[in-house]
Amino acid sequence: MLDRDEDILKAAEDWQKAGRGVALATVVETWGSAPRPAGSSLVINDEGTFLGSVSGGCVEGAVVTEAMDVIQSGKPKMLEFGVADETAWNVGLSCGGTIRVFVEKVG
Amino acid sequence: MKLEILHELNAERAARRPVILVTDTENGEQRLVKAKDFAKDPLRAELDKQLRMGKSGNVEAGGKKLFLNVYAPTAKLVIVGAVHISQALAPLARSLGYDVTVVDPRTAFASPERFPDIPLVAEWPDTALPPLNVDAYTAFVAVTHDPKIDDPALLHAFERNCFYIGALGSRKTHAKRGDRLRAQGAKESDIARIHAPIGLAIGAVSPSEIAVAIMAEITAVLRLPPKEKEEAA
Repeated sequence: MLDRDEDILKAAEDWQKAGRGVALATVVETWGSAPRPAGSSLVINDEGTFLGSVSGGCVEGAVVTEAMDVIQSGKPKMLEFGVADETAWNVGLSCGGTIRVFVEKVG
Repeated sequence: MKLEILHELNAERAARRPVILVTDTENGEQRLVKAKDFAKDPLRAELDKQLRMGKSGNVEAGGKKLFLNVYAPTAKLVIVGAVHISQALAPLARSLGYDVTVVDPRTAFASPERFPDIPLVAEWPDTALPPLNVDAYTAFVAVTHDPKIDDPALLHAFERNCFYIGALGSRKTHAKRGDRLRAQGAKESDIARIHAPIGLAIGAVSPSEIAVAIMAEITAVLRLPPKEKEEAA
């Protein structure tokens, strides 16, 4: 499908203007089978509300948690998620791919 | 992302102009490059390639790791003619991600029963087309077989610089169409832009097969670099 993320970025702008802390998480790289292509984004505000997706729902929870840190610190972060590893109790992608997600503060 | 960049990005997208956001993934530095500025950008080759593919990706330049996030407008397909082919073409195009609109002044053809869930405009092209904001990210097909409807529609598509223009009809029909359009002031270069007979030559017979041939041709024009595009057509 072609890009349909316009509402997400509009929400990011609106939230920021309304005085909320906002972070934007963007898939920048994928290996193997990944549910969302590079460029897909998730926008998160400081109340924990989020829109969009960076995976099929597998890692969004972890990204939201990291985004809270980024909103606080203002420093961007690069996150990497791989296959779910039961022994490590990690969040992961059940589809077997690996993705890198860039998280940055808006504003 | 700085608020000014986000604001500009949203403004460009609302105006259906393509942009690429370049992010240094090491330090978070960003800049927004508008399509009109690609030619003078040091990354022009990479920017052109990513935009053509409609794909975001990573490049290394000057020792920096850069992520190029492509924001291309959603492609539109305007179908003039609510005919049998269009009934197959509209849902197929939609599944490929196009925003589809069907235009036909003949209300017997342009009926919701024949086109469930597809935006329909039952007006003549001169009334129907201007509000649709036909642009360079629009594929335009004229399939009524009726010059009264197809001809003015094609003139509008020339004016709006659609990335693909196709019209139904044999070579003979198309030659006559060329004469009529020329008489109405169309340039030779405009007429040469019309894909006719419409669709890739895959021996399509049924309306659904013709729809596949049309969407294959539109995809080739949208995605292939200029040289390979000529070979495919």
